[in-house]
Amino acid sequence: MRLALRILGGLYAIAIYGFIFLPVVVLVLFSLQATSFPIPPFTGPSLRWYEAVLTDTRLTAALVNSLLVASLSSLVAVTLGFLSAWGFARFVLPGSALLRGLITLPLTVSYLIIGMGLLVLFNWVGVPKSLIAAGIGHVVINLPLCFAIIYSQMGDHQVNIERAARDLGAPEWKVLLLITVPVLAPAIFAAFFLSMTFSWDEFVISFLLTRFDTTLPVEIWNLLRSGLNPKTNAVGSLVFAVSIVLVLLFELTLLRRKKP
Amino acid sequence: MNSSTREGRALPWALVTPALGWTLLFFVLPFVAMGLSSLRGSGDSSFSLANYSQFFANPAYWQAMVNSLEVTAIVTVVSVLLAYPFAWILAEQVPERWQRAALMLAVLPFWTSYVVRSYSWLLVLSQNGVINRALVGSGLLSEPLQLANTRFATVTGFVHFFVMLLTLTIFANLKQLSPSYRKAAADLGAGPARTFWHVILPLTLPGIMVGAFLTFVLCIGDYITPQILGGNNELVMPQLVMMQIGRRGDFPLASALSIILMAVVTVAYLACARWLKIERT
Repeated sequence: MRLALRILGGLYAIAIYGFIFLPVVVLVLFSLQATSFPIPPFTGPSLRWYEAVLTDTRLTAALVNSLLVASLSSLVAVTLGFLSAWGFARFVLPGSALLRGLITLPLTVSYLIIGMGLLVLFNWVGVPKSLIAAGIGHVVINLPLCFAIIYSQMGDHQVNIERAARDLGAPEWKVLLLITVPVLAPAIFAAFFLSMTFSWDEFVISFLLTRFDTTLPVEIWNLLRSGLNPKTNAVGSLVFAVSIVLVLLFELTLLRRKKP
Repeated sequence: MNSSTREGRALPWALVTPALGWTLLFFVLPFVAMGLSSLRGSGDSSFSLANYSQFFANPAYWQAMVNSLEVTAIVTVVSVLLAYPFAWILAEQVPERWQRAALMLAVLPFWTSYVVRSYSWLLVLSQNGVINRALVGSGLLSEPLQLANTRFATVTGFVHFFVMLLTLTIFANLKQLSPSYRKAAADLGAGPARTFWHVILPLTLPGIMVGAFLTFVLCIGDYITPQILGGNNELVMPQLVMMQIGRRGDFPLASALSIILMAVVTVAYLACARWLKIERT
């Protein structure tokens, strides 16, 4: 009975892993063949489509745009999130709970609606579509996340260290830069990393708010119009490879941090 | 707390104002703009409810909402049913030191971009895709099946994503359960099946509800998966909204449809609020 359950469990787990991995295996496998359709039968390895991707200036420009938008918008989101988290955790403000609720509110609304709202507003005010407009939208979706992560890590024990620094005569900005930021570094780093990930992968806001210069997900979307295309396979596989390297780096730095 | 006396009231407000200002300017204000836009007639500038009544009068629009709700309900139920046993196996049958690796492995395929992940399913499900080639090649079928551009494809793409998400939430929930519950049930003479049904399952139900609600919200608002995998045969709400913007440039109608979609999510939240609150205690 127990053994039967284990075998059944093992088979079920293999089936689910198979389901989870099926599309990504197909994606990578058929990015490696030279034919102009990424479909079976597999005709042997070739890097033809990777070359096509890396020499496609639209795709490489979109990649650079994506990195710029992701890093800059994450920087803004983390900075605003950190400052507000510090303000709410260390000081008593009237209506604090309500204001904190306001900052986290965008988490409950879908990206489509956030993008729609900004599109309507920018359209009225006359702000043209641009990467900056998309970046503003990315800050809107990532600010609540950064705030929530950093705010949750501001424990009372850190108050005492800050108090000690103040008693020793440190001005407020020194306390912030030399005490609070280093103590909260893991949370700040995690918030920045998550923001980067979400911004990097965000599609619908960038799609609505950019026009000619656009981000990588939107450029990949434009490739999809041509149906099944081995170039899309190659871009997707490259994004996959880069993400995995980043996640491994993230894991390693976090693990190393914990050890001493 | 104490330091407010030193710096007066200026510092704390200086800290929180940028974040509050950003939220007001780029989240609340756009929402107000969308609300005003939705009340505007397409031709004249006077306020009217025409855009909302259009939704209720036009059966095609209605149908998109019905499709959205049906797809989301199917996806949520199927994902929970597939993810629960998987999370249980990972938590109960996989040795403790391998569990982190097993979870990492399950999340790995989702580190490609969301758009590409939906496209990958197209490679699997299309007329010349892996499944059809395998079925026709082995002689099981004479004609390829129409799998892509159907509701089945949309549901498959969604379930793929949400099985991963729900596995993570349910796994975390199962690991939080104290082993003493199980011991107590065993001491009182319950077998594994009865323990599961009467003890483990009810205790993890709040966690399931939170995961299911998250699935509902993300699924009903997603444009990418239905557009890539479902095609234009059967529209869901986000596709209908995007269509108003893209093809017709009709912002007022798109705004009204977005607000209706948000209202539905809010109603779902209120319906689930009872269970969602239990989680926090």
